[in-house]
Amino acid sequence: MQLDDLYRRVIMDHYKNPRNHGTLEADAVTIKLNNPTCGDSIALQLQVENGLVTDAKFSGEGCSISLSSASMMTEVVKGKTFDQALELADKFSALMKGEPVEFEDYEDIEALSGVNKFPARIKCATLSWNALRKGIEQQQE
Amino acid sequence: MNIAAIREQFPILHQEVNGHPLVYLDSAASSQKPRSVIDAINRYYEKDHSNVHRGVHTLGSRATDAYEGAREKVASFLNAALPEEIVFTRGTTTALNLVASSYARNVCKPGDEIVITQMEHHSNLIPWQQVAKATGATLKYIPLQPDGSFTLADAELTITANTKVVAMTYVSNVLGIVNPVKEVAAIAHRNGAVMVVDGAQSTPHMRVDVRDLDCDFYAFSGHKMCGPTGIGALYGKKALLSKMEPIEFGGEMIDYVDLYESTWKDIPYRFEGGTPIIANAVGLGAAIDFLQEVGMDEIDKHQRHLAAYAYDRLSELDGVTLYGPKTDRAGLVTFNLGDVHPHDVATVLDSEGIAVRAGHHCCQPLMRFLNVSSTARASFYLYNTEQEVDQLIAGLLKTKEFFGHAIG
Repeated sequence: MQLDDLYRRVIMDHYKNPRNHGTLEADAVTIKLNNPTCGDSIALQLQVENGLVTDAKFSGEGCSISLSSASMMTEVVKGKTFDQALELADKFSALMKGEPVEFEDYEDIEALSGVNKFPARIKCATLSWNALRKGIEQQQE
Repeated sequence: MNIAAIREQFPILHQEVNGHPLVYLDSAASSQKPRSVIDAINRYYEKDHSNVHRGVHTLGSRATDAYEGAREKVASFLNAALPEEIVFTRGTTTALNLVASSYARNVCKPGDEIVITQMEHHSNLIPWQQVAKATGATLKYIPLQPDGSFTLADAELTITANTKVVAMTYVSNVLGIVNPVKEVAAIAHRNGAVMVVDGAQSTPHMRVDVRDLDCDFYAFSGHKMCGPTGIGALYGKKALLSKMEPIEFGGEMIDYVDLYESTWKDIPYRFEGGTPIIANAVGLGAAIDFLQEVGMDEIDKHQRHLAAYAYDRLSELDGVTLYGPKTDRAGLVTFNLGDVHPHDVATVLDSEGIAVRAGHHCCQPLMRFLNVSSTARASFYLYNTEQEVDQLIAGLLKTKEFFGHAIG
């Protein structure tokens, strides 16, 4: 078990300087999710327009893994269609299962592949992605 | 107390985790099991197993004797007056839910009160929320002091003539506080309420005397006291249990069954519907034998010593926040390390073979009182040593260094 597999430099950078940390206008889609194992919670906000995610921000408390993952997710999802966003969420699930997937337009995310070796931390990494999936599925209904 | 000899009896402790000797500091979540308990369960399955209370054959009698023998051990361990005051359950949660569903739901009415504290584990909080919702009773909290303790004066003010149930943990699984449950039971009784004690954290570590406490109900789990998972018990005063209705119906708990009506066995069997948790009860009996051989007073002294030692050593570390009272605490320390999230603390410690708990410890309302979303917790038992506390401190220094370097 190598800590450096988990805590890669790029993850620590997102943890220290999270991108898109904050809140959007009141009309943005807001999804709140709890991580029941630790009590952390995340509020994800999505600005949507014509089936497109135009902006994304998140707020809440979390560990290095959950915060860095939320930071990366909000970066990559901006400008994506709903279907593309859901596809990314599927890819992230595959990454957590240890499958070799590539995030061509945002390689930072691949740094989270090490989480797979720390099963207790997978829920931390997937929290914001689950919020994304929930938000988009709500929009598609 | 010879810790080296005690450690010898716990097979699981003798292994490496992530390349380091295991340092198990999570016994408040679940303790490890001595060889004698593992052997007792195996022996029961290899020699004595059958169903209980029904077969005429020899194995049926042996299994019944083993199961009822375990009940007598629990009764004597808690100093209950009678074995039938012990109902075997799946654990503390099931035991507390039994009191809530069978006793409190039938006693509470609109305008009545149920009194608890904000330091309760979810299992001694949600059942009372549910009773309050179902009956129209009011759920009240004895206010906590900044260190998480409460005063008897506040208990006096909160418990009134309308209070029907007071429920409280004996030892807080987060704060390490030992609550004055005997004194609170006296206040409850003066107001005509029953006293329910959550003994999940006290029973493994200290001498418990339910008659001296004069509590009406007392719940605990076997797996936190060297016994197997899936077994615990509810102690209830005979006069109260005898008036309570079963909440599960089926085999084993009936007296007479007719097409449209049935009657129940006496206590405790009416609360033990279905084939009971026989092997685990036998294992719990073996755990009680083991603990009594070591001596509960010795165990209590040892866990308190380790907690005090850990508290002092942690206080010396820069950036550590400790929760709960400084003195007179039971065998655990709850803390945070600067801005490092407890999950990250636990992962780094795990890489050093050190097992601690990170999270809300099933106490979300208490976390809100402490104004944190989660904490790390190291908890100690009879097999832990000062050296392991030193290893914890070294692990935390490494965590600080690692995250200090990583996040600046």
